[in-house]
Amino acid sequence: MSMPKLLAEGILRTPLTELPPAAGDAELAELAARLDAGARRRLGRSLSIRQVDAGSCNGCELEIHALSNPFYDLERFGLRFVASPRHADVLLVTGPVTLNMREALERTYAATPAPKWVVAAGDCAAGDGLFCGGYACAGGVADVLPVDLHIKGCPPDPTALLKGLLALLADASAKPAR
Amino acid sequence: MTRLADLTTRGRSVRAHRPWPRTVIDAAVWRAATRRLTAGELALLGLWGEPGQVHMALLDEAAGRVAVLSLDCPDGHYPSVSAHHAPAGRLERALCDLTGLKARGAPDPRAWLDHGRWTLRHPLGAPVPAAGAAQPYVFLPAEGESLHQIAVGPVHAGTIEPGHFRFTANGETVVRLEARLGYAHRGLLARMAGADLATAARLAARASGDSTVAYGYAFARAAEAALKVEAPPRAVWLRALMAELERLANHLGDIGAICNDAAFLMMHAHCAVLREAALRANSATFGHRLMMDRIVPGGVTSDLAPDGASVLRALVGTVRERLPVLTALYDDTASLQDRTVGTGVVSTELVRRFAAGGFVGRASGRDFDTRRALRYPPYDRLEFQTPVRTEGDVNARVWIRIDEVSQSLGLVEQILERLPGGPVRRDLPAGSGEGLALVEGFRGDVLAWLRLDRGRVARAWLRDPSWFQWPLVEAAVEGDIVADFPLANKSFNCAYAGSDL
Repeated sequence: MSMPKLLAEGILRTPLTELPPAAGDAELAELAARLDAGARRRLGRSLSIRQVDAGSCNGCELEIHALSNPFYDLERFGLRFVASPRHADVLLVTGPVTLNMREALERTYAATPAPKWVVAAGDCAAGDGLFCGGYACAGGVADVLPVDLHIKGCPPDPTALLKGLLALLADASAKPAR
Repeated sequence: MTRLADLTTRGRSVRAHRPWPRTVIDAAVWRAATRRLTAGELALLGLWGEPGQVHMALLDEAAGRVAVLSLDCPDGHYPSVSAHHAPAGRLERALCDLTGLKARGAPDPRAWLDHGRWTLRHPLGAPVPAAGAAQPYVFLPAEGESLHQIAVGPVHAGTIEPGHFRFTANGETVVRLEARLGYAHRGLLARMAGADLATAARLAARASGDSTVAYGYAFARAAEAALKVEAPPRAVWLRALMAELERLANHLGDIGAICNDAAFLMMHAHCAVLREAALRANSATFGHRLMMDRIVPGGVTSDLAPDGASVLRALVGTVRERLPVLTALYDDTASLQDRTVGTGVVSTELVRRFAAGGFVGRASGRDFDTRRALRYPPYDRLEFQTPVRTEGDVNARVWIRIDEVSQSLGLVEQILERLPGGPVRRDLPAGSGEGLALVEGFRGDVLAWLRLDRGRVARAWLRDPSWFQWPLVEAAVEGDIVADFPLANKSFNCAYAGSDL
């Protein structure tokens, strides 16, 4: 009977969960210009994230997956991934925005209700990956959508992703969200 | 004379191509090769083109031999392979999109990678500026009573790569599935053309992030073959170590993710812990969680960290202790088995015809593993087994992964024990030549081909194992219910970025 044994083990063992990282200074500074206190009250320390792969090599997706594992446990912060842009506050976009994905990304943004934020994760999404420019890519996410936060890295590791997303959650300032 | 040798002797041999022969042949030999593919005497490894010439890579599985046949096409056409051998279909369509060379008599004239949105047509041929307006795409028809269509993607409900799936269903039953890919096409091969080796290797390492080691490995071996050099012995062994660690992490993640798609989250959580342990060990040992850019032409960029061997031995210990517990959980949970057994079945006949590699082929009775069939060092000196099953369902693909995890653990131990000393990287001459390499990634055989011109990449082509696995997903779900698609699809875990490039 493997299941009862594993469940009991899970209850008795200390959790694997890491302490939360401090929100990154750079991320806070970028967000200071964007987030709005009123919007933050409405969100109540909870953000729903819709991930959009706009032509990434899938390295960023692997690390985004890792955010949900028991070590990083994204949901303890009130951050969760949702299946539809209709349910999302945040679009977490990866990749150099291939021209074949551009319209799908724009439509996903249009389907997301306001207030909404766009996070560009990874060097490609930031516009300085190996693939930006050329006949098949639009460039960075900022060339297609208004971006509120960049999380750099190739790929950014889960701690870097978590820092950025926590900054998004924690920060509030005067400028209204879109 | 082998089934390949009598084809490669009927043309002009290209001397600079290594380690396997490349021969420029005429249309009659091209057709003869196509007939052998149709008859199942040879397997198709790849089909690609450059201005004025198409190339076909072939495998004689029984003899463990590979050859490339090249055909000049001065009028921009070549005899279609897919007209007689379906696995070539999407490769011919992609070839046409990229180079403009057309397969005469091809059954499917639709574009594959080019959705009409690029700023150029035929980027690898004679580029023509394009308007960049989306072209309509006609999906294959299905006829019958009470059929309806379900369109899914390219933006999916989970954190998944972009692709479009068009289902035609009768109630809950899938009558036809057709995938449309190309959304992740970044123009990687065009970026490689003209690049220096270091940049091209970084591009290869980003063909598919989950196979960054396998692509780096294949690309480096192809470049070294072209330059007639070998990586230092220690680098050769470290590469295999990284390849096994990559396989381990991906399989652990997949085993859990497949169970997750059957709504069995407990398995997913436990497997995710093991995967994270593997990625942390990678980071501690090689300085990057996915080991990106660690394998380069000429060797590897980072030696084992001082405590690397002990970190990896601890990882092996952890996985070896936990995996049997999780395997028992998988096996003992009847509600989970109810979903995975008998779902998404692919026949042996089909995996043979498509020469599908990796766990997809091995779960359906195709005993092919590049590490054995085309043995490259250090695997010629390592002991391991290739698990094979015949049921061809989701369950079999889970079990192949479980058994491969065990084999990879053994390989990691053997490599750590016998790792030779010495340098891990050598300088490369700025030479010219052509190289082809195949390495076993976690999905199966990754192919890299390139032509070097005085140290720069003149042309390159990469072929993901998924090219020959994606069409089998469509076959596997026919007659299953729509709700089983995510489960079946995850058990294949085909690459999007790796095929789209």
